[in-house]
Amino acid sequence: MIHRHTLAQLAAELRARKVSSVELARAYLERIQASQPLLNAFISITGEQALAAASAADAALARGEGGPLTGVPIGHKDLFCTEGVRTTCGSRMLENFVSPYDATVVARLRAAGAVMLGKLNMDEFAMGSSNETSYFGPVRNPWNTDLVPGGSSGGSAAAVAARLLPGATATDTGGSIRQPAALCGITGIKPTYGRVSRYGMIAFASSLDQGGVVSASAEDAALMLREMAGFDPRDSTSVDTPVPDYVAGLNAPLEGLKIGLLKEFFDSGLDPDNERCIREALAVFTRLGAKVREVSLPNISLSVPAYYVVAPAECSSNLARFDGVRFGHRCKEPRDLTDLYKRSRSEGFGAEVKRRIMTGTYVLSAGYYDAYYLKAQRVRQLIAADFQRAFAEVDVLMGPATPSAAFAIGAKTADPITMYLNDIYTISANLAGVPAMSVPCGFTQGLPVGLQIIGPHFAEQRLLHAAHRYQLETDWHLRVPERFA
Amino acid sequence: MALNRAQVENIAHLARLELEPAEIPAFQDKLSRIVDFIGELDRADTAGVAPMAHPLPGLAQRLRPDAVTEADAHELYQQNAPQVAAGLYLVPKVIE
Repeated sequence: MIHRHTLAQLAAELRARKVSSVELARAYLERIQASQPLLNAFISITGEQALAAASAADAALARGEGGPLTGVPIGHKDLFCTEGVRTTCGSRMLENFVSPYDATVVARLRAAGAVMLGKLNMDEFAMGSSNETSYFGPVRNPWNTDLVPGGSSGGSAAAVAARLLPGATATDTGGSIRQPAALCGITGIKPTYGRVSRYGMIAFASSLDQGGVVSASAEDAALMLREMAGFDPRDSTSVDTPVPDYVAGLNAPLEGLKIGLLKEFFDSGLDPDNERCIREALAVFTRLGAKVREVSLPNISLSVPAYYVVAPAECSSNLARFDGVRFGHRCKEPRDLTDLYKRSRSEGFGAEVKRRIMTGTYVLSAGYYDAYYLKAQRVRQLIAADFQRAFAEVDVLMGPATPSAAFAIGAKTADPITMYLNDIYTISANLAGVPAMSVPCGFTQGLPVGLQIIGPHFAEQRLLHAAHRYQLETDWHLRVPERFA
Repeated sequence: MALNRAQVENIAHLARLELEPAEIPAFQDKLSRIVDFIGELDRADTAGVAPMAHPLPGLAQRLRPDAVTEADAHELYQQNAPQVAAGLYLVPKVIE
């Protein structure tokens, strides 16, 4: 039952040589293979490389060497470039793209000793909230395989929830770590914008994208994030401030923590069962000595429309690089250069990606730029100012991560707005660049519910600390779907 | 605001996408809903508010010295290219 151990336990057991990295890799690879027809969490399984890396890890451990994650199996969202390994971003466009270099996150986790078992499924170019837009087919929720796992990091979240991996990388542009973490009953953290290098992350919306972690516990997330975070000269928006030791201080008392209950998140759209779980979680924090008060962020209701201007605008610009010339899909027998561009792009991109590119093209086009793009950037300023005011009064904000539990595959694909509104509680943190987490806090009709914790810029440690103390009092994060127990 | 067929075709052209005639109505319908939805921003009073260009306040984009730091690796990069000859990317003839 080694797969029930947390990443922190596995790292300690590896160091104590109670288990070998090769044993772990074999055990998890077997689980991954067995789950694949059911969950489809992986796009590529890199068993051979994994076993080679695992035996190297075992040799290092035998010599008394190794880093904090030496021998620990992990997976990467297929948006992170991995040298010599296919990196698809969930798209036909990159179906055969073999990255010539490693993303900084991938290189850092490898340097810390982690062993990659494969590349995880995701919504195409991270555009989606259900993992249904993947060219490689939807991922299914381990708690109920008729339901979505959330998205866009659906493969990462499902894999950790089914204990196919103790931890995985993920990315979050509008909720793509927190929403699937909530729907799959695991822990997920989106760090502050600029905290984790975006070098080698295939870009969607460059002012919003941020790499992070999904894992069973906050302690596990702290272990991984400590290795991933930090200044990178190769990312011009990477921030040059020291990374605190996220693991140290996790056990400190919570007494006196000022929690703001985010008033606008308890609206009519919130499922009453989800609300009950969130309020029960807040009661746990009160018992731990935290002070809870209501806080209002009046402009937050404009987050989703502002996001659906800013994100598509940046997406249309970023995805212009896929032209069928230097890499990626190319159409057969182009008549001329325009035909080459148009058909390569139309064949390579799926419908949702096309909609986002077209929305972005529209809001940036002559005559509409001021009305949409500039307006949205002004609204974004208002939302950021709301957060700044709130954090002058409280240490963290709490509320739901999603309006409801996981929904059925196909239930929200007809209307894009219905799908977009799934991220109503997560998008604002990306617009303001602040760090945020989702932490399992209960179940409704057998499906997990996520508590969202949001902090001011660079307060990852505070979020992880609060989540860890909560997880010492509760066991929601240790529950595993029966089928995968 | 509903987008008409010509507008959708024009946006697709600007984005260098080719839509099948049969799929245009679906794009027209969904894009119109999106444009309506983002129109909600009109109700925000943003008079005197500066547009936000960077999520971290007070941080300017870093510059680096204009010096060569990377080795030439074009052969490695071109392994992903659909068509290459003599180290050059090939495209259909542009000048007759």
